[in-house]
Amino acid sequence: MASSAAVPFWRTAGMTYITYSNICANLVRNCLKEPFKAEALSREKVHFSISKWAGGKPEKPILRSDTPGV
Amino acid sequence: MLRQASRLLSRSVTAGSSKSTTARAFSTEVPSTIDSTFVESWKKVAPNMDPPQTPSSFMKARPTTASSIPTKLTVNFVLPYASELSGKEVDMVIIPATTGQMGVLPGHVPTIAELKPGIMSVHEGTDVKKYFVSSGFAFLHANSVADIIAVEAVPLENIDASQVQKGLAEFTQKLASASTDLEKAEAQIGVEVHSAMNAALSG
Repeated sequence: MASSAAVPFWRTAGMTYITYSNICANLVRNCLKEPFKAEALSREKVHFSISKWAGGKPEKPILRSDTPGV
Repeated sequence: MLRQASRLLSRSVTAGSSKSTTARAFSTEVPSTIDSTFVESWKKVAPNMDPPQTPSSFMKARPTTASSIPTKLTVNFVLPYASELSGKEVDMVIIPATTGQMGVLPGHVPTIAELKPGIMSVHEGTDVKKYFVSSGFAFLHANSVADIIAVEAVPLENIDASQVQKGLAEFTQKLASASTDLEKAEAQIGVEVHSAMNAALSG
């Protein structure tokens, strides 16, 4: 049985739907007027730290943040 | 060759149905078939404990479709950070599906539509509210409830036309100079989204 629907161009390029959707949302946010733009960008800021675990102990955490210096 | 097509098609259909004895019902339509032999043997072994429940016993039955088409469409329009419309009764919504602008009236056939960047308009009497939707999905149910989900949806007045033009020029240029597949895809997404915003602002 042949595949049914035509595959979107971003899927053939190796992108997932979530990545596509987030890119679209970011582009729209960047085109907003102030103050909506500032609100939207501050709303979407992320700040988290990841640490890999090896042998039952966490290794050095990697900090990912949009608020530098925190 | 085409004369055989109908024979081949009907043959594969019957072959498929012989494998599955009955057409499979949706999980929400299956009545709670409590296995009585299991319950009895459970009670023999552990009379003081309730028999374990199965996931289907926790599920709500699919809401029954009204026999007559309702007069209003109930819209739930949600974003990750806000519930823009919740249970609002409207006359019609026009959603930017990937297959084109789709008008949804009460009694629309149940559909799941993927949305492309574009304008969604909510019509209530003479009132029309327009949003630019970045992307998302629309679930239209049989009972005239529409669940529309989007990552970002803004009223058209909040979009800055000059930024849109700048972005469009930038991404068109990126598309021309892109090398890898991924870069091309990203540039193309940029062009699509900015063209859609442009069209939304001018249309």
